[in-house]
Amino acid sequence: MTLFRRWAGDPVLVGLALALSLFGIAMIYSAGVLNVPSPVVTGAWRRQLVWLALSLAAFTFVSRIRGRWIEWAALPSYLAAVVLLAAVLVIGTGAGPAESVGRWIQVGPIRFQPSEFAKIAAVLGIAWFLSSRESPPAGVRDLVAPSAIVGVLLGLVVLQPDLGTALAFVGILFAVLFWSGTPLLHLFFLASPGLALILAFNTIVWSVYFVALVLAVYLFRYRLYLIESAGVVLANLAAGTIALPVWSSLAEYQRNRLLVFLDPGMDPRGAGWNLIQSKVAIGSGGLTGKGFTQGTQKRLDFLPEQHTDFIFSVIGEELGFVGAFIAIALFAALLYRLVLMAEKVSDPFAGLVLFGIFGAWLVHVFINVGMTVGIVPITGIPLPFVSYGGTFLLTCWVMTGLAVRMAQED
Amino acid sequence: MRAAHPNERRVRARLAAAALGILMLILLASFFRAQVVRGTAWALQSESNRLRVLPIPAPRGTVFDRYGEIISDNVPSYSLSLFPAEVDSIAISLTRLQPYLSLSDERVDELLETFRANRRFPLLVRANLTDQEVAAMAELRPEFPGAFLETRPRRRYIHGPALGHVLGYVGEVSPQELESPRFAGYERGMILGKDGLERQYEELLQGEQGIRYVEVDALRRVVGSFEGYAAAPAIPGEDLHLHLDLALQNYIHEIFPDSMRGAVVALNSEDGGILALYSAPSYDPTEFVGGISRDRWQALDTDPSEPLFNRAVMGRYPPASTWKLATAAIAMELGVLEPNEVMPVPCTGSFRFQNVTRRCWNPNGHGYQDLAGAVAQSCNVYFYQVGVRIGLERLVDEGTRLGFGEPCGVDLPREMSGQFPDGLDWWQRRWNYRAAENEVLSIAIGQGPNDQTPLKMAQFYLALARGEGAPAPRLRRPVEGEELQPAWSLELTEASTASLQESLRQVTASGTAFRSTLEHWELIGKTGTAQHDVTGDRLPHAWFAGMAGPFGSAPEIVVVVLVEEGDSGSSVAAPIAAKAADFHLRRKYGIPVDTIQTLGEHLDAGIPAPWAWARQNQERQGVPPAEAPDDPSDLTDPDAGASPPVSGTDPTPNRSTPDDP
Repeated sequence: MTLFRRWAGDPVLVGLALALSLFGIAMIYSAGVLNVPSPVVTGAWRRQLVWLALSLAAFTFVSRIRGRWIEWAALPSYLAAVVLLAAVLVIGTGAGPAESVGRWIQVGPIRFQPSEFAKIAAVLGIAWFLSSRESPPAGVRDLVAPSAIVGVLLGLVVLQPDLGTALAFVGILFAVLFWSGTPLLHLFFLASPGLALILAFNTIVWSVYFVALVLAVYLFRYRLYLIESAGVVLANLAAGTIALPVWSSLAEYQRNRLLVFLDPGMDPRGAGWNLIQSKVAIGSGGLTGKGFTQGTQKRLDFLPEQHTDFIFSVIGEELGFVGAFIAIALFAALLYRLVLMAEKVSDPFAGLVLFGIFGAWLVHVFINVGMTVGIVPITGIPLPFVSYGGTFLLTCWVMTGLAVRMAQED
Repeated sequence: MRAAHPNERRVRARLAAAALGILMLILLASFFRAQVVRGTAWALQSESNRLRVLPIPAPRGTVFDRYGEIISDNVPSYSLSLFPAEVDSIAISLTRLQPYLSLSDERVDELLETFRANRRFPLLVRANLTDQEVAAMAELRPEFPGAFLETRPRRRYIHGPALGHVLGYVGEVSPQELESPRFAGYERGMILGKDGLERQYEELLQGEQGIRYVEVDALRRVVGSFEGYAAAPAIPGEDLHLHLDLALQNYIHEIFPDSMRGAVVALNSEDGGILALYSAPSYDPTEFVGGISRDRWQALDTDPSEPLFNRAVMGRYPPASTWKLATAAIAMELGVLEPNEVMPVPCTGSFRFQNVTRRCWNPNGHGYQDLAGAVAQSCNVYFYQVGVRIGLERLVDEGTRLGFGEPCGVDLPREMSGQFPDGLDWWQRRWNYRAAENEVLSIAIGQGPNDQTPLKMAQFYLALARGEGAPAPRLRRPVEGEELQPAWSLELTEASTASLQESLRQVTASGTAFRSTLEHWELIGKTGTAQHDVTGDRLPHAWFAGMAGPFGSAPEIVVVVLVEEGDSGSSVAAPIAAKAADFHLRRKYGIPVDTIQTLGEHLDAGIPAPWAWARQNQERQGVPPAEAPDDPSDLTDPDAGASPPVSGTDPTPNRSTPDDP
């Protein structure tokens, strides 16, 4: 026990991460139990086990790097990420369900996803930038630079295109800005054009929202420069008024093409197949589920991507609500632990890194789990620690190592 | 950046924790709603997602002959079908299946067309797969999404064309049939009887389909058992026990002249059961099992010899001289003809009545004749007089009562009724003129508006054999408790019956059909030669209607033979009837069957037939018919037609058998 404590640094966080990883391997094994076996899925759990061993080694290494070194490495790693993401657009190769999309870089036998490394780089980069400033961002203006830092990486990822991973960068940006002490109002203004874009699909709702926004800008006029106010209002107006007509003028197939372009893994078999099958699988699991490896939807191949993006559907089908509850509780505990660690640590850089990780994981968990049950649009985004995928598991554990290391920075 | 104050950090951490809590609660609530609140609905959908309900076809009932021989049964067979899907994907599946199931390009197109017409139903790709094909399909099933195997009992028609017209055939239920009330409850793809007994007793033979489930995956590939899991087993159809004598039926098929068209009906005189029912040319119902090809169907359907037409129950022919017995029977019933009565007007080759002169076939005339002599020589003038005595109205009414205008009620589909005037106004209705009384002349000799099926004539001769009523001839033996109902009865005295049978005896003993006499059995009957073509270019149809049984006892088998354009009732039709009757009775009484059966065959083969001479002598010593010539070789008959049955080249028994003591 003491040995584990000494190795882990933060036994609660690492214990939870390890539990989720092992649980993930069990579910990947189950996902491979099919009536008509598929060699790709059947052996996946063994490969994931190997990746876990590698990940634990990486964790051991990262969690022992001195904090200063990590801070020094922030800028170079950020620049490296930009170069790598740019390189992916040129020499990237496809794999798996997104075969036509280049997301991987192949170096000899090793193939990895630079976008995963870019998440870490984004966390370090923005944490380094904000912690090196004198005071927390006070106006909307001050948000431009940090947004640009993340925005470069995000933009490169969107160009791949990989909308799901891009959302993780949004999570990182907001979480880090939040922890840096940015006023909530400014965060709201930052998010408002995006919100307007979504609300624009219902004219009345958008109108009400826009009036409220203008009122808010007026009420807080003393805390904003005029140009900031104008910028926020104009951005919202543009998002709300232009988006809808442009969208509506597109033909159905063009919209679908655009959606598919944004996320090719979204709906490969048309007409919401993935979502329907996932909902059927989860719903038919009931309270206690069909039993480990016994999920019929999964066994009969109705579930798409059952070992990667839709692993939670297998959990829901086979382990029922009880299993889903436990899994969600584990994630909640893991994320809460990050919040507690950030609260305790006094070093600004360490706290920001912890919150960057928190933001990335929260987006991953909420969107991945939410899409399986149909409350979030389907985007190809894996579940931390649980989904099959070597680079992603490694990234999660490297982030865990960073978190453990950062929590010790006092 | 300076370190944030712990208080500031605490507030921010609590806000973050609250946001985290809210998001996680949203997830939990969605799962609770999907899994606990709505779980059952999704569970049902999950079942229907993966289970396909398929029918288990019931094996049809087995058909047995009177001795318990199997006429038709089932063998298991495999067929391959495709679950409904997009037309394109069906097309791809078919193309991929092509090399494994040897499907031609045309066949693939045909199947696609079938599928386009019924997109909601599984498509039967191939029935009757070989064992190798079944093994290949089972092994390769992951590569053929949507394909599934079915075991279907396959109908086996063991005796091929001999039974074609009796059994009919089976086929897939047609859209028209599905709409008819008779087949309410039938489902697409079911196999049902299309003709013959298969059609007649369809409901009995069909049985009840069972239900099975097949588990499929998202690509519609069958997983688990390829044949599925039975939820309700099929209930086999009931067996059918027939009066039919299978060996006799096969024998008739064998002896019926190959190139000829015609029909043979053999009835058991005791109960009217059909011992054999044959129509030539026939077809092999096996060709229809699993679907007949379009070309083959076209060939059968357009064949000028009409192999699909059951002449025994659907063919209507002028009964000609065979109907003279009906005239005689009706006259006796009405009391206008005494047994063995000699008609007052002698036959001089023609007869004049109401300004109409009708000829006898023999221009020289037959002179004075009694009934037996008139039947033996088929004298028209005698029966003209009998007809005149009865009168047109009474003849028509009584003929109608005996059912000559109705179907027999045989248990076969599409039986045709005979054509017979049902009253004096029939001519008015039909041809818009009043029938003159002299129409009776034609009808009395089986001509005129009088067409009968071979089966109907068999039913009438059955009544003659029984001397009473005739039940509807039936193929199926009555089930327990079922009463035999005579359709009608001949109200004749015993003397009248005896006289009619005696007259038939004269036909074979010394008349037109003497060459068809048999060693062990007394064959009696009437030949007929039916003119059917006014131009006279085509040969007349040949009839023989008669009965046979052991000497000195009642006839046991009634046989009617019709040979289209057979020319001569005595030389073509009668031998077939004689051989059939002999075959049946020999087997019935345990006498070995010989291929040399009739007197004619003995003569042709040069084999002595002492029994024939003995009988002939006996006949001569007895009371010969008044005007009948002693030497049968002098007898000619319209039935004999262009080729008299006995001529100089066909020596009398004595001359042909010099060895005879």
